[in-house]
Amino acid sequence: MTDKTTSIPDALPTSKRLPPSRGSRKTRTAAWLFVAPAFIAYAAFVLAPLVMSFYYSFLRWDGIGEASFHGLTNYITVLTDRDLLQIIGNAFQLVLYFTLIPVVLGLAVASAIRSHMAGRFGTITRTVLFLPQVIPLVAAGIAWSWMFASTGLVNQTLKAIGLSSWARGWLGDFVWALPAVGIIGAWVLLGLCTMLLVTGITKIDPSLYEAARLDGARPWHEFRYITLPGLRQEIGVCITVTVIAALASFDIVYISTQGGPGITTTVPGLEIYRLAFAHRQVGLASALAIVLMVLVLISIAPVQWFTRDKK
Amino acid sequence: MTATATTTPNTLIARSLIILLMIVTLLPFLSMLSAALAPQGTYPNGLQWPADPQWGNFVRAFEVAKMDQLLLSSTLIVLGVVPISVLIATMAGYGLAKLTTNKYKWLYLVFVFGLTLPFEAVITPLYYEVRALGLLNTRFAIILPLIGLYMPFSVYWMRAHFLNVPHDLTEAAQLDGATRWKEFWLVQVPLARPAIMSLTILLFLWTWNQFLLPVVLVQDPMQRTMAGALGAFQGQWGTDIPLLCAGSLLILAPTVALFLLFQRQFVAALMQGAVKG
Repeated sequence: MTDKTTSIPDALPTSKRLPPSRGSRKTRTAAWLFVAPAFIAYAAFVLAPLVMSFYYSFLRWDGIGEASFHGLTNYITVLTDRDLLQIIGNAFQLVLYFTLIPVVLGLAVASAIRSHMAGRFGTITRTVLFLPQVIPLVAAGIAWSWMFASTGLVNQTLKAIGLSSWARGWLGDFVWALPAVGIIGAWVLLGLCTMLLVTGITKIDPSLYEAARLDGARPWHEFRYITLPGLRQEIGVCITVTVIAALASFDIVYISTQGGPGITTTVPGLEIYRLAFAHRQVGLASALAIVLMVLVLISIAPVQWFTRDKK
Repeated sequence: MTATATTTPNTLIARSLIILLMIVTLLPFLSMLSAALAPQGTYPNGLQWPADPQWGNFVRAFEVAKMDQLLLSSTLIVLGVVPISVLIATMAGYGLAKLTTNKYKWLYLVFVFGLTLPFEAVITPLYYEVRALGLLNTRFAIILPLIGLYMPFSVYWMRAHFLNVPHDLTEAAQLDGATRWKEFWLVQVPLARPAIMSLTILLFLWTWNQFLLPVVLVQDPMQRTMAGALGAFQGQWGTDIPLLCAGSLLILAPTVALFLLFQRQFVAALMQGAVKG
């Protein structure tokens, strides 16, 4: 199933033995015809809007009247305005929860189990852990809004174990709302990361562990020198997926807190939506959109670089 | 378990950890279920089996949310998006993997560039574009942009598949356009069935659960996807916890049912999808 992932498609020596027909004009025409429909759809609904986003980002425009050229003002606002900086910071704080919790817990489970989860237990585990991936994020948001509500399960549990003073309306709390939103994201991504890491660890040669044990290696050393390097690719995948989910989050926040209280849980995705459609500041919204896109790219690039298979 | 995994302390720890994770995963659903069965208008407790379960809440939520219309709307959107996306992505994947030389690598890179693009980055211009096309508040406002937005992943996915198909198959026939097209349908597509199947599952899920596009582009919940409609439902009934929970469970039931039926295929698709995405 996953063997495809280990081969890097680009590295295949396709160019070395091109069939004679490849370069011919006929083939080129055919290639264009095959690619054209997808490219047209992509150009019309991704590339063109992206160019427009870029163009809007230099305008001062309310979306209705005349637009005027605004230079780099919108970008300067995005990078200096305290509220907007806090909003961008919120997204990076979410990364802590969305990424760290699933990866750490997933690694713990993977290194403890270190074998295939076969049989009925495996099937049940997979089914249950993948449930959050199948339901809409909106549903996860609603479910957890209820969990975090004043009479919800979280407070009920706290009271049951004698921590009544800790009970609160989590999503309305200036300090705790953002961590609570982070927990929702962690819940959604936990199963996926766990399963990726568990599957990954079964591909590490077991004799490595046996050899290490014969040499008297401690469990920590096994983890550090065998498990971590062996799972580099899978960890990279988990980090990539979860970081994008955190930085570009929208659904969960929209449903659970609408960005509040204040702007303590507002994220760029939500702010773009608000600026463009509620505050009618299309230019500023577009500048924030471009900044968000760039932030995602530069956050992902080093992860890809470090975790690519360097075979 | 496998024969090698004896019950050492390690596997005990692993099992308890996994069971704990499963409980944490399931609790929100159970909590919603217990709230959904509480009497109308009450403010239930987090997890407490009600003395007198009100299964009728589901009937009421079905009627209030107009579930039948929602199902129809989501199905229409999925039917508008998924088959076309899969078809044109398969064609493009084949074209890029088998018919182009390295000189056209840039074309592939242009597609790949879209892989990490957050939808929020293009949502504002999309609104004006869809409005200019006169499609605002129709299902096409969701269908057409989604086809475009899915292209980077879909093309990437299908190209990766076609790169792994041995060359001899294509070399066998020296082809003109018409036969090329025939070969694509009769030889390549049947061989690509597993990749196409996984892609179909992923696109179905992403479409059904799509939220941002319906929120921005379609006002009427009856023209939205399931997730978009759920957002509107929460806005309207957010304070009636039993009804909200019953409605949410109903709205997520169809995908969960499909998932349970095709568990193996879904898990495989989601894992591969993550790895490639």
